[in-house]
Amino acid sequence: MGVTGASAESLTLCWAAWDPANALVELSKDFEAKSGIDMEFEFVPWPNFADRMLNELNSNGKLCDLLIGDSQWIGGAAENGNYVKLNDFFAQEGISMDDFIPATVTGYAEWPKGTPNYWALPAYADVVGWTYRKDWFERPELMAEFKGKYGYDLGVPADLAQLKDIASFFQARDIDGKTVYGAAIYTERGSEGITMGVTNALYNYGFQYGNPENPYKELDGFVNSDGAIAGLEYYKELYDAGAPPGSSNWYMGENIDAYKSGQVAMQMNFAFIWPGVNADPNVGGDRTGYFANPKGPAGQYAQLGGQGISVVANTDNMDGALAYIKWFAQPEIQARWTDMGGASAMRSVVEDPGFPDAQPYNKAFLNSMAIVKDFWAEPSYASLLLPMQSRVHNYVIAGQGTAKEALDGLVADWVEVFEDEGLR
Amino acid sequence: MSGNPIDRIAQATPPGVAKRVRGLSDRAIAWLFVGPSVVLLLAVNIFPLIWTINLSFTNFKANRNRDVDYIGLRNYERILTDSDTWLSMQATAHFLFWTIFFQVLIGFALAYLINKKFKGNDLWTTIIVLPMMLSPAVVGNFWTFLYQPQIGLFNYVVQFFTGIDASSFSMIGSVSLAPWSIVIVDTWMWTPFVMLICLAGLRSIPDSIYEAAECDRASKWRQFWTLTVPMVLPFLMLAVLFRGIENFKMFDLVVQLTGGGPGSITTLTSIDLKREAFEKWRTGYASAYAVILFVTVFGLASIYVKALNKVKER
Repeated sequence: MGVTGASAESLTLCWAAWDPANALVELSKDFEAKSGIDMEFEFVPWPNFADRMLNELNSNGKLCDLLIGDSQWIGGAAENGNYVKLNDFFAQEGISMDDFIPATVTGYAEWPKGTPNYWALPAYADVVGWTYRKDWFERPELMAEFKGKYGYDLGVPADLAQLKDIASFFQARDIDGKTVYGAAIYTERGSEGITMGVTNALYNYGFQYGNPENPYKELDGFVNSDGAIAGLEYYKELYDAGAPPGSSNWYMGENIDAYKSGQVAMQMNFAFIWPGVNADPNVGGDRTGYFANPKGPAGQYAQLGGQGISVVANTDNMDGALAYIKWFAQPEIQARWTDMGGASAMRSVVEDPGFPDAQPYNKAFLNSMAIVKDFWAEPSYASLLLPMQSRVHNYVIAGQGTAKEALDGLVADWVEVFEDEGLR
Repeated sequence: MSGNPIDRIAQATPPGVAKRVRGLSDRAIAWLFVGPSVVLLLAVNIFPLIWTINLSFTNFKANRNRDVDYIGLRNYERILTDSDTWLSMQATAHFLFWTIFFQVLIGFALAYLINKKFKGNDLWTTIIVLPMMLSPAVVGNFWTFLYQPQIGLFNYVVQFFTGIDASSFSMIGSVSLAPWSIVIVDTWMWTPFVMLICLAGLRSIPDSIYEAAECDRASKWRQFWTLTVPMVLPFLMLAVLFRGIENFKMFDLVVQLTGGGPGSITTLTSIDLKREAFEKWRTGYASAYAVILFVTVFGLASIYVKALNKVKER
């Protein structure tokens, strides 16, 4: 099947409402011109994206022909028959998963994980990383004061302990007559925010989603290991010592606002915001630097973001939807996708010798993509996420109980979920 | 044409319809009129309720294609022994009690003031009722800004009156303050509603009663407690009933303001139920939860309505 001559007259692509979606609208004009298929778009704001789209899938709705869905949805969507399995199509069209960054193939396309069963094409590579106020970090008086206080140079933190030192150093500091704070971190309660943030500490202190050999049956001692407890305690200390007052329910948007308005010295956020930060008139250009999530005592990992593009099984425009995937998988389209503000997961794009220096944030992006880990992607993903949101928020933000109690409780919650699922 | 209205209506009935109806009994005609409403009620209220009760005894998940098993009272047992459920019940009870308390107190006071004849009375009434005309989602959203420690007006007002540093406390981020933050916003938004109901009650009291009391040399204080309060009480109780039912199912305002946090301190039962039903997709469990809430609200409302009727009969 070629891109031209597809039978469908229009296709609806569903995704979150954010800057990359606008870039995709522009990019898709090429597909419209070549295929004669009109592209329509349904973009939902992030806080409602999961609710809206998962309800759409679960109700076998016909709104979306193509869906760029979160990586964690893949298990449920595959097992419930919401996505079309793409193996045969990939084989027929010569699309190889070897052409994409391995972590994104595992994260965005495979179910079950680690098996060559593909339900999506990696569409948008994303990962949690950090931006920092390079201009503040380079001020001689601050550098001298920092070195005097902590005994090492103020700069990109070498590990999570240094990151906390730096956040504490800037907390409630007067800079140019304005009170600024250490770091904007994820604390949001309602959807997935605090989980996407705290995992960047948990992973690096030794948290695991269960025994890798038998994750559903052996959670105790992995989810609530001593390292995991230390990681959770670290995140609370970082929040208490370095986060702006009132940042008890912050996620991507709030963190961007805090950083761009000059409230914070550092910002945790997904890498998708980096092009916007770089172009910002207040904090962009040389004033900002980027770095991958620093290492901890148990290693260096970062929370995977990003999505794959899937064909919704209920579509009436199967040929058109597959034609779009074929068009999107072309290396030149992927290169243009990155140029226009997207983030290709295609190796030919990110392994291009010119890529690391093409943008000031590209090196940090590559470093981050090399260390990703993802949350559960099981069909019961939401049932696993919600207790984590609750347990972690209760401890980190509300200050209730201890880190051990929070993680012991999380083990009990997850055991119950897996028992309900018949996996234990 | 006859001048009798009944004759005019009879003549207006098309002959075809009149012929068909002529052979029907009064009872049949009554059913003909009531029937559509009954069918609609059965379809949109009674059937879903029975279906929900049925689902509450199963492990059904609406997003999963798997066999459904009847598990007896297990869902009910899990809900009633779950400490998180009781925490959300406590949060709801705190929210209900204090919102109703403040709304009745302030709403009645405002109604009492507005009921006095003064210049600009209508203008003030309009200004006071403005908050209840706004969307709860919008109200929740802009109060999150008002509560921001760095830029929020609320904190600066508190600082102005108390001297407490504006950035030293966070209304929606503090475990002790967050439950009050939602009470304040709901009170701000819905006190005008209670005020309007109280105003209707106050204006329904004939002036002649107060004139008679004046003749009997009753003091203003005595008039207030023996005339005004008892005669407005049924209206007040009605306002409490309306606000109680509304706030028991409060969702949008709180989700916008706190997302149920910090931790689970403002996770009301409606938020908890929504998460179980439409995020975790534990449909059977959520059905049992909904049945428990329904029985609670229905039971409390029934007792309350009986009390209301007794007050009205006095």
